[in-house]
Amino acid sequence: MNVLEILRGKAWLTAGLLLVGLILLPFLVEASLGKSWLRIIDFALLYIMLALGLNIVVGYAGLLDLGYVAFYAVGAYCWALLASPHFGLNLPFWVILPVGAAVAALFGVLLGTPTLRLRGDYLAIVTLGFGEIIRIFINNLNAPVNITNGPQGITSIEPISIGGFSLGKTQEVLGLTLSSPHLYYYLFLLCVALVVFVCMRLENSRIGRAWVAIREDEMAAAAAGINTRNIKLLAFAMGATFGGLSGGLFASFQGFVSPESFNLMESIMILSMIVLGGMGNIVGVIVGAILVTVIPEALRYTGDLQQAVFGKVFVDPADLRMLLFGMALVLMMLLRPSGLLPSKQRRQELAEDAA
Amino acid sequence: MSLLSVQNLSVNYDSIRAVKGISFEVQQGETVCLIGANGAGKTTTLKTLSGLLPASAGEMTFDGHKLNGMPAYQIATLNLALVPEGRGIFTRMTVLENLLMGAYNRTDRAAVHREIDEIYALLPRLQERHQQQAGLLSGGEQQMLALARAMLSKPKLLMLDEPSMGLAPIMVQTIYGIIQTIAKQGITILLVEQNVRLALGISQRGYVMEHGEITLSGESRALADDPAVQAAYLGEL
Repeated sequence: MNVLEILRGKAWLTAGLLLVGLILLPFLVEASLGKSWLRIIDFALLYIMLALGLNIVVGYAGLLDLGYVAFYAVGAYCWALLASPHFGLNLPFWVILPVGAAVAALFGVLLGTPTLRLRGDYLAIVTLGFGEIIRIFINNLNAPVNITNGPQGITSIEPISIGGFSLGKTQEVLGLTLSSPHLYYYLFLLCVALVVFVCMRLENSRIGRAWVAIREDEMAAAAAGINTRNIKLLAFAMGATFGGLSGGLFASFQGFVSPESFNLMESIMILSMIVLGGMGNIVGVIVGAILVTVIPEALRYTGDLQQAVFGKVFVDPADLRMLLFGMALVLMMLLRPSGLLPSKQRRQELAEDAA
Repeated sequence: MSLLSVQNLSVNYDSIRAVKGISFEVQQGETVCLIGANGAGKTTTLKTLSGLLPASAGEMTFDGHKLNGMPAYQIATLNLALVPEGRGIFTRMTVLENLLMGAYNRTDRAAVHREIDEIYALLPRLQERHQQQAGLLSGGEQQMLALARAMLSKPKLLMLDEPSMGLAPIMVQTIYGIIQTIAKQGITILLVEQNVRLALGISQRGYVMEHGEITLSGESRALADDPAVQAAYLGEL
C-alpha cells in the first residue's frame, strides 16, 4: 500500500491515529521497557533513514551498493569535526546538517563517477572497496596531521541544540519531563518524515521513473532520452545525502564516533533491511529497518531465558543473535523472495503468477 | 537534402569489424528497409545511429545535425526514435509508465495525455492493461507498446529493429498494419528486418546488407524481383 494513497484517501483518521501513536510511543516504551529501549527506538529511526537512502540507490536505480555505510561515516565525521573539542569548533546544527549532507552527496558522486559503466556484482565489489577505503582512511588519518583521531575516535561531540534548547539533557516541556533520548526521538521522527516525503515524491516523479527505467534496461532508457550518467549520479548523491544526514544525527546523539561503527557489517545490515522489508517499497523498507534493528536487541534476552530454563547460559546471546538472524534471512529469501511488503510492481507480478 | 544521411560508416566491436563503410540515405516521408541475414550488421547500424555504440569511421547526419560523438540522450532529443530489437520494454513498469517514458523529454503534458488517449483508442488492449506491468503483456502487445512509446516522442524518424521478431504470424500482420498506419501519417521510417518479404512489402526503397556491407539497393519492388534477393532471402529458385 502506498502511504500517499492512505493520506489522500478517506483514511485521514488512520494517519491521525498513526501520528498520535508515534508521539505517545516513547512514553510507553520508556515506562514499560526502560530508557535503553528508547535509545534502540531512536536507532531504529536512524536506520530507517539509512535504509530509505540506500533504497534509492538499490531499490529504485538497481545499483547494488555494498559500501553505503561510507556515507553514514562521512556524515558522522563531518558532524564530529565541526561540533567537538577535537578542532575546538562548535557550529550550530543548522550549519552542520547541510554541510554534512552536502559532503556526503559529494562523496556519493565521487563513488558514482568511476562506477558508471559497472553493474551488478562488479559494481558491488567496487562499492564494497569504497566503503572499506573510507573506513580505513578514517582509521589512519591521525598522522601526520591528526584529522580523525584514528581508532580512538572523536569524543565529547556536542548534542544538538536548537535555539539554546539542548537535546542532550533532560528538559521540562509543557510540564512533562523528557529525557534526552526522548527529545532526540522527536527530532529523528521529524527527519524520517521528511525523508519519507522526499522518497514518496521521487517515486512517482519523472526522475523516479528514469531510475526504474535504467534498472530495467539501460540501453532502452538511453534511447528514450534519459541522460543515464547524470540520473545514476543523482541516485548515488541522493542516497548519500540521506546517509550523511543520518550519520550526522547519529554522531550528535551518540556523542562519540569511531571507525568501528562503520564497518562492512553495517552496510550489509542496511542492505538486509531493504531486502527483508521489500526493495523499492517505502513502507516495506521502514518495516525492514525496524525489524532488523529491534529483533537482534530483543534476542539479547535469550541469555536470560536460557538462565531461567536451564540454570545456565549455553550459547552466548551475541552468537545466537547472528545465528537466528541469518536463519531468518535464509527463510525469508526462500518463502518471500521479494520481501515482507513487496513494491507495487513486484506484488502485481506475484498476483499475476498466481492467477 | 535527405533527413538521414550515412556516409562510409564503420563500426567495430573491439577488433571485429561489424559494419564496413556503408552509405545510405533516408528521405523525408519515406519508408526504407535495411534487410539481410542474422549478423549482417543491421542492428549495429541502428544502435550506432542512436548513439548507443560509437562509430569508428564515417559520418552520420540527421536533420542537419552531425550524430557522430553525440550521446544517446541528446540524439533522442533530435526526435530520432529507436524501437530496439527485443522491444526494450521496461517490464516492471506499468503500461502507462512505459508510455510516459516515451514522452520523457517533452514538457507539453496536456498534449502527451491527449496523445496517450488517442493511442488507447487505437490500441484498446493497452488501455485495458494500462495499470498492469508491461512484462505481463504478450509479445505482440509489447511490440505495440514499444511502437506507441516511440510515437510519443514525436519522432521525425522512427527506426524499427526487427518488429516481427518472435511474434505469431497473425500478430506480425497486426504490427505491420500499425507500422503502415504510422507511415501514412507521414512519419519517416527506417525498418530493419530479417523477414525480407514483409519489409519489402511495406517500404518504398531497400538496402541489402551482407557481412557489414551494403551489397544491393533500390526500389523495394525491384529488389523483390531481383533473382539474387529471391534466391538468398525469399526462398525461391
